[in-house]
Amino acid sequence: MISFARQTAAVASAELHKLLRDPTELFSRAVQPILWLVVFGQVFSRVRGIPTGGVSYLAFLTPGILAQSVLFSAIFYGIAVIWERDLGIVHKLLVTPAPRSALVLGKAAAAGLRGVIQAVVVFLIALALGIALRWQALSILVVILAVMLGSAIFSTFSLIIACIVKTRERFMGIGQVLTMPLFFASSAIYPLDLMPDWLQAVARLNPLTYLVDALRGAMIVGGEAVHGLGTDFGVMLVVFVVFTAIAANLYPQLAR
Amino acid sequence: MNPGSPSLGEALAIETVELTRRFGSYVAVDRLSLQVGRGIVFGLLGANGAGKSTTIKMLTTLLPPTSGKATVAGFDVVATSRAVRRRIGYVPQMLSADGGLTGRENLRLSAALYGMDTAVAHSRIADALAFMGLDAFGDKLVKTYSGGMIRRLELAQAMLHQPAVLFLDEPTIGLDPTARRSVWDRLLELRDRTGMTILLTTHDMEEADALCGELAILHQGVIAVSGKPSELKAALGAKATLDDVFAHHSGGTIQEGGRYIDVRQARNTARRLG
Repeated sequence: MISFARQTAAVASAELHKLLRDPTELFSRAVQPILWLVVFGQVFSRVRGIPTGGVSYLAFLTPGILAQSVLFSAIFYGIAVIWERDLGIVHKLLVTPAPRSALVLGKAAAAGLRGVIQAVVVFLIALALGIALRWQALSILVVILAVMLGSAIFSTFSLIIACIVKTRERFMGIGQVLTMPLFFASSAIYPLDLMPDWLQAVARLNPLTYLVDALRGAMIVGGEAVHGLGTDFGVMLVVFVVFTAIAANLYPQLAR
Repeated sequence: MNPGSPSLGEALAIETVELTRRFGSYVAVDRLSLQVGRGIVFGLLGANGAGKSTTIKMLTTLLPPTSGKATVAGFDVVATSRAVRRRIGYVPQMLSADGGLTGRENLRLSAALYGMDTAVAHSRIADALAFMGLDAFGDKLVKTYSGGMIRRLELAQAMLHQPAVLFLDEPTIGLDPTARRSVWDRLLELRDRTGMTILLTTHDMEEADALCGELAILHQGVIAVSGKPSELKAALGAKATLDDVFAHHSGGTIQEGGRYIDVRQARNTARRLG
């Protein structure tokens, strides 16, 4: 058990070392949320047709854009893993006695911490736009946990895709195809109630919906988690455990 | 049988019985039966695509055999793969040290993944860096290393947990002669100091001559001949070289054969090292 935790932490720490040495990606990832909030958000807040409960559209949108930023950066995590496969790093990890689940969890933990940095960026943008945020310690803790769990889910999903397609070219194609449907079939930029029934049904199966919901409940003043935080975290945990089990099983495929 | 205990061939480091791997209709390794005694450097020679890398992948538990059986350090590679992984070190043909990390960070990652205690890891990492002549470079990023330094770091990573058997896939491919010599020296000293068994693949006859106590020449997935280099040479005449042995038993020169993917991989590695 202790060695499992140490193995997981070692993989995560190696990933973070690399990220902190080359943080350009963190900056480039900040551009999109700025565009969505400053351009899209400001324009759409003039449309009064979107029911957002007691909050402004811009405030409603902010947690959705944080969730989007988490999704868009985590979903391409598999590219790095395919790169590691081409380099032989994956082979070397897989000949160690470390359980495959520790290798997968370590990567997910690193993605989770990367998500926290994105949350900081979105908080700063929201602050600049004058959106009323909840600054209570408990709310912030919920945001951090939700963002970590969301990043872990989508990065592990990305790892699963990488294990199946194995090449960068195929991965890029699939990544592009997946991100937009996941984003639009969620409550990130409009509430579920506005969707036609079939889309609502899809959105209810989409983990991003629960990430957005948890963030909406914890992040903004007057925001509400319509599914309840218990359901949101419950669903996300179950999805993460299932994805981790699948990824741990598929990971050895990368070395073949 | 208790999967935690060694099974057959205590005196053998590696034993395979009719080990076979197919990819679709292509037979990469065909009923390979091999015995490698403890403490020797064993060379698996062959052209690109002869089945060397596939054999190493099966022995290191990365690739399940289609049929047949293999034991490494006394443990079955399929039924007791984790026990095997605890007892082996592996340096893949590709450059597997992480360029974005320092040498020491690469070693720390290996130590943790092998479940090493922090204090033990600390002293072994220092020893390994010194042994490989890298102590001045431990805190430099690996992407600033030369090809020979990266290979020596990878050897350090692979020996950190003191494995019983070390697998090296084309250990000096793409290295210049000086760097190649430095890797050979470290390998032989490592074998002398620790008594570990080393199985390496190569298509370089000079390397095989310099390092291997015994070797087997693979040709199209089967062993064409095996034995001590001196005996193999003597069997062909007083002036025969290993190149002659190879040509005689594989029916051609080393330059022939090879699948596109193997050639591409070898060239990629050579380019990164160069």
